[in-house]
Amino acid sequence: MAGIFKVKAKAKDGMTRVKMLAKHVMETGQRKDKKTGEVIPAKFIQEVTVQHGGNTVFSGQLGTAVSKNPYFSFTFAGGAKGEELSISWVENTGTSATETAKIK
Amino acid sequence: MTMHRRTVVKAMLACSALVGLGAVIPGAAFAARNKDAFSSDDQAKAMQALFDAEPANSTDIVLKAPSIAENGAVVPVTVSTEMANVESISIFVADNPTPLVAEFMIPAGTQASVATRIRMGKTSTITAVVKADGKLFSTARETKVTIGGCGG
Repeated sequence: MAGIFKVKAKAKDGMTRVKMLAKHVMETGQRKDKKTGEVIPAKFIQEVTVQHGGNTVFSGQLGTAVSKNPYFSFTFAGGAKGEELSISWVENTGTSATETAKIK
Repeated sequence: MTMHRRTVVKAMLACSALVGLGAVIPGAAFAARNKDAFSSDDQAKAMQALFDAEPANSTDIVLKAPSIAENGAVVPVTVSTEMANVESISIFVADNPTPLVAEFMIPAGTQASVATRIRMGKTSTITAVVKADGKLFSTARETKVTIGGCGG
């Protein structure tokens, strides 16, 4: 699966600011299909972890109230231009993936 | 239409087959998810389930959220604090079907400042809870929602 996260990570003065946006429906499981009246099953990212050089720099447990196409931003100490971040996520359906992004 | 539904069901079955496999392997890499807290429909209970304690009000947490959100489906929220040894930042929306929105872990070296976007079903208070030095602090503010974010 192609990556769902679009990541902008910028290193400046020894800190790296990360902005990431995922393309994901974040279906809550409370919405109904307007045509059939059936509940659309929940499908959302429930865990996201960002690692840099083997250390976790950010992680989150998400509920269904995180918006569609979730966005996160945070800043961590360290990181340099050209280094890689690895982003892992797990969906409530069990689907998971790890993606990488370069720090600029 | 029926054909379409069949394919959807099939796809769902295929997905759930993956769940079984997926749950075992990546699960170990993450901290255990507090299911009770995320499924609780009451903010106080969700906090109790997540922290096993009640946070104290604090003025040292900056919770940025619009006072009026035109679209409850996307409400930008930023939580930041100058406190030392921050371990986690959690966001609650009292009147959502499940008040716990998200819990962010703040490892050492990461600034205690997180921005995200959340859903709000209706006008409600947003509460940010910061765990620092093993203690809990919270701050809350109200955001008016003119169009709910929960479909329907």
